[in-house]
Order: sequence, then C-alpha cells, then structure tokens
Amino acid sequence: MKTIYILWLRQLKRYIRSKSRIVGSLAQPLLFLLALGYGMGPVFQKAGQGNYIQFLAPGIIGMSIIFTSIFYGLEIIWDRQFGFLKETLVAPVSRFNIMIGRTLGGATVATVQGVIVFLISMLVGFRPVSFPLALVAVLFMLLVAILFSAIGITIASLLDDMQGFQLIMNFLVMPLFFLSGAIFPLQNVPGVIEKIAMFDPLSYGIDAFRQLLVNISHFGLMTDLTVLVAVTLFFLSLGSYFFSKVQI
Amino acid sequence: MDVIKVKNLTKKFDDFTAVDHISFDVAEGEIFAFLGPNGAGKSTTIKMLTTLLTPSEGTIELNGHDPVNDSNAVRHSIGVIFQDPSVDDELTAFENMEFHGVLYGLSRKERRKRIKELMEFVELWDRKDSLVKEFSGGMKRRLEIARGLLHHPKVLFLDEPTLGLDPQTRNHMWSYLQELNKTKKMTVFFTTHYMEEADRVAKRIAVIDHGKIIASGSSAELKAQTRTEYLEDAFLALTGKEIREEEGSTLDRMRIHRRVRGR
Ligand SMILES: Nc1ncnc2c1ncn2[C@@H]1O[C@H](COP(=O)(O)OP(=O)(O)OP(=O)(O)O)[C@@H](O)[C@H]1O
Ligand SMILES: [Mg+2]
Repeated sequence: MKTIYILWLRQLKRYIRSKSRIVGSLAQPLLFLLALGYGMGPVFQKAGQGNYIQFLAPGIIGMSIIFTSIFYGLEIIWDRQFGFLKETLVAPVSRFNIMIGRTLGGATVATVQGVIVFLISMLVGFRPVSFPLALVAVLFMLLVAILFSAIGITIASLLDDMQGFQLIMNFLVMPLFFLSGAIFPLQNVPGVIEKIAMFDPLSYGIDAFRQLLVNISHFGLMTDLTVLVAVTLFFLSLGSYFFSKVQI
Repeated sequence: MDVIKVKNLTKKFDDFTAVDHISFDVAEGEIFAFLGPNGAGKSTTIKMLTTLLTPSEGTIELNGHDPVNDSNAVRHSIGVIFQDPSVDDELTAFENMEFHGVLYGLSRKERRKRIKELMEFVELWDRKDSLVKEFSGGMKRRLEIARGLLHHPKVLFLDEPTLGLDPQTRNHMWSYLQELNKTKKMTVFFTTHYMEEADRVAKRIAVIDHGKIIASGSSAELKAQTRTEYLEDAFLALTGKEIREEEGSTLDRMRIHRRVRGR
C-alpha cells in the first residue's frame, strides 16, 4: 500500500513541477475548443444539432485525458533511459504494485487535466446540465484515465526507447481521438466510421461524459460503464504481464 | 557458507556472447571484487545476479534463492548501486532517499534517522531539498551511494561505485562499508577500475575478460601467479594491453576516451 502511494506521489510531484508542460498541454485543448467550437459552431447549429460547444466540450475533455494518460504511461520509457527504472525494478516490490502505482499516478494527473479543461470550457460558454452529475462525470474521467494509463504502460513495456513515440501518437492516439465521436456525433456518420468507433474505447468514455454533462448519449451509460470497466481490467492485466517481463 | 553461487552463467545478446559460461562462489561476509576491462561483462553479470536480466544459460543462487524464479526473495536480500545514473532528477535529494526507504519497507522513524545520518555522511544534508538536476556528477554519485546504504542488505552490489568520486569520499565510503561488512556480516560484491582500491579492500578477486573468468583468488595469489608486484601489473598481464572499444557501447567508449584523455 505504502509503495503504491509513494509511486503515485512521485508522479504527482513530477507533474506539479513541470509548469511548462502543464501550460503546453492545456494550450491544445483550448485551441480545439476555440477553433472548432467557434469555427464549426454555426454549421453545426444550421444542421439542426444544437449548440456545438455543448457537444464538443466533453470530447475535448476526453482528448486531454487520453493524451495526458498515455503520455504519463509512456514516461516509463524515459525512466528507463535516464536510469531511474532500475531503482524501482530491483526493489522488493511486486511488479503488479509498481504497475498499479504508476497507473494511478498517471491517471490522477490526467483526471486533474480533464477537470481543468472542463473549467476552461466553462469560460468559453460550456454549461453542464447539473453539477452533481458533473461530479459523477469526474469519476468516469478517472476510469478513462486509468484505462489509457494502462494502455500507455503496456506499450512502454514493449519499447526500448523514445523512437516509437511519434509513431504511437500518429497511429494510435490521434486515430483513437478522431474516430471516437469526440468532435462529431456518431448518429449520422457512414456505417464504417460508426463500426470503427464501436471498437474505440474512448468512444464510450466520451459518450459517458456527454450523458452526464449534457444529457446526450449514443450507447447508453450502462453500456459505457460495462465496456470501460471490461477494457480497463483487460489492459491492467495485459500491462502488468508485459511490465513484469521488462528487462534492462 | 556461500551466499552467491554461480554456475555456467551465460548471457547472449542476439549472437554476441557478453558473459560466457562463468562459474564462481562468494562466501557470506566476503568483500569480493569483480575486475575486467571495459566491455568484459561485469555489469551484465551484476544485472543477472540482481534480477534485471534473465540469463541465457546457467544457474544462480543468491542467498539460497533463484533470481529468475524467485526474484522477489532475491530482491529482499540485495542492494544495488548501479554504474549508470539511477536517481530521479525531478525529485529532491531527500525525496529520492525517502522513495527508496519506502520501497524497501523501512519504518518512518528508521527512515528519517538513517536518511539524515547517511546524507550527513556524504555531506549532502544541507542540500537535501535541492532538486537532483541541480547537482554535479559527483554529488549525484554520493547521493546514489547514500541511497544504496539506506537499507542494510544481505548482499550489496556496487558497480564502479567510486567512479568520479574524490579520494576523500572514496576512503570515507570504504571505511563505512568495511564497518558494515564487519558488524552486519554484509557481503560486498563490487567492480572497479581502480586496482589499488581492489587491492586494499577485496578479500577475493575474480578477473573477467571477453565474458570469461580468466583468473581468481586473493590479490597476493594473482600477483604470485603473474609474478608481478602490483595488482595493476597483474591485471595487465592477465588481460593484455590493448584498449577494448570495438564492442563497447557509446557510453563505454565515452568513458574510455575520458579516461585516456584524463591521463
Ligand atoms: N543490452 C545490450 N544489448 C547488446 N549488447 C549489450 C547490452 N548490454 C551490454 N552489451 C554488451 O555486452 C558487453 C559487456 O557489457 P558490460 O556492460 O557487462 O561490460 P562491463 O564489463 O560492465 O564494462 P565497463 O567496464 O565498461 O562497465 C559489451 O560488449 C556490451 O556492448
Ligand atoms: Mg559496467
């Protein structure tokens, strides 16, 4: 328990100390909110879909969560390169606990980012339907953050250096984000896109955010929860398996 | 009793054999030096003994446990000071120590007491709240040494612990280690390129070259075997005089250059 806590605390400290990274990671969601929100808003409205900022904000919250949690999961690769990973790996702590500590650390950071983006989107006009439900949405943010931290750690366990980082961003994170229904409704898209979105776990996360924040849902909250929990458990097991095989 | 037993230990990276069927034993409470030129396979051996690398062949018994199948029991028995940096630059010196103490299950009281004692010992106590990235190379090394001594393991591995340390700190560190070795019967397994250091503190020495152990025994035995007066000459007689850089990694090469230029 104490070991999980200290691993978690370390990641939080690193997050709080990386001021420039925090600012940088908030600029992107803000840009999306402003450019897409105001740029596409009128078209969206004309098509009879209502207020676009209301629709978009949960998607952008999802974006900042997936980016942050995958990034913090991949931090293991840095730790390996800068040598700190060795210190953790020779300690008498089970690999499973190390994996859990890191997952929770990255997930907490990502959830904080998600909440900050939520507050920023309120500045540009977003209004959740109810604040108690928004608190439930934060729990879902944590769940989504755990899921993608676990995916990040799974990938990081298989990579030796940062060479693959761009590849992961362009071929995994970007598609997961753009095909998740974060920026467009899944109702009227061509069947192929809808099928792909069905296999994208982020779709269910963002769908849950939308249900809780603005009362729009494509899959239904129970489906969202079931899928998210199942996929999270799957990647936690897969991640701890691969992580336990890491050699230096 | 032998606290480390190694038989036919081998490590292959693709088709390159870094460690080639080595066998040796280290007795409990011994100070054992593992010497060899750059790229000989010292660090690779330590990584296998400390559960970080899986051997390609051969068996290891560490404090009665197998690092492959019973890695957790082995990790409970050891402490490691690595050759390459292994501190977290974004944490303070104190936080690095604290992290280590918690991972090794020291109680809060014990932790605080030993952290203070050891950080004073390496003269970093007044810098305890500085981020490690603000430290010089030698200060980072001192911090790593203090951290490695925080819990008192059964077997302590030190991979070139004194690299880059001034003579004061080096002497200081060895007297501390010898004290622990005596009072706690802590076994010490170390590598170094300073022959006079090995000569002074090691009870037994093994020399490894190109992945094979080519000689072992006390310093006096090695000198007698090669008919030399100093351990350095014995070492050169055993391993030849050419510089090993062909197979070395970039880091090895950098270190060789540094050392050659520094002469
Ligand atoms: N992960 C790896 N992949 C491929 N080759 C490796 C790897 N690690 C080490 N080697 C090679 O194995 C050989 C032994 O390396 P090792 O680090 O054990 O040497 P060493 O005896 O510790 O040398 P030094 O005195 O320079 O620290 C070297 O030729 C090195 O290039
Ligand atoms: Mg080495």
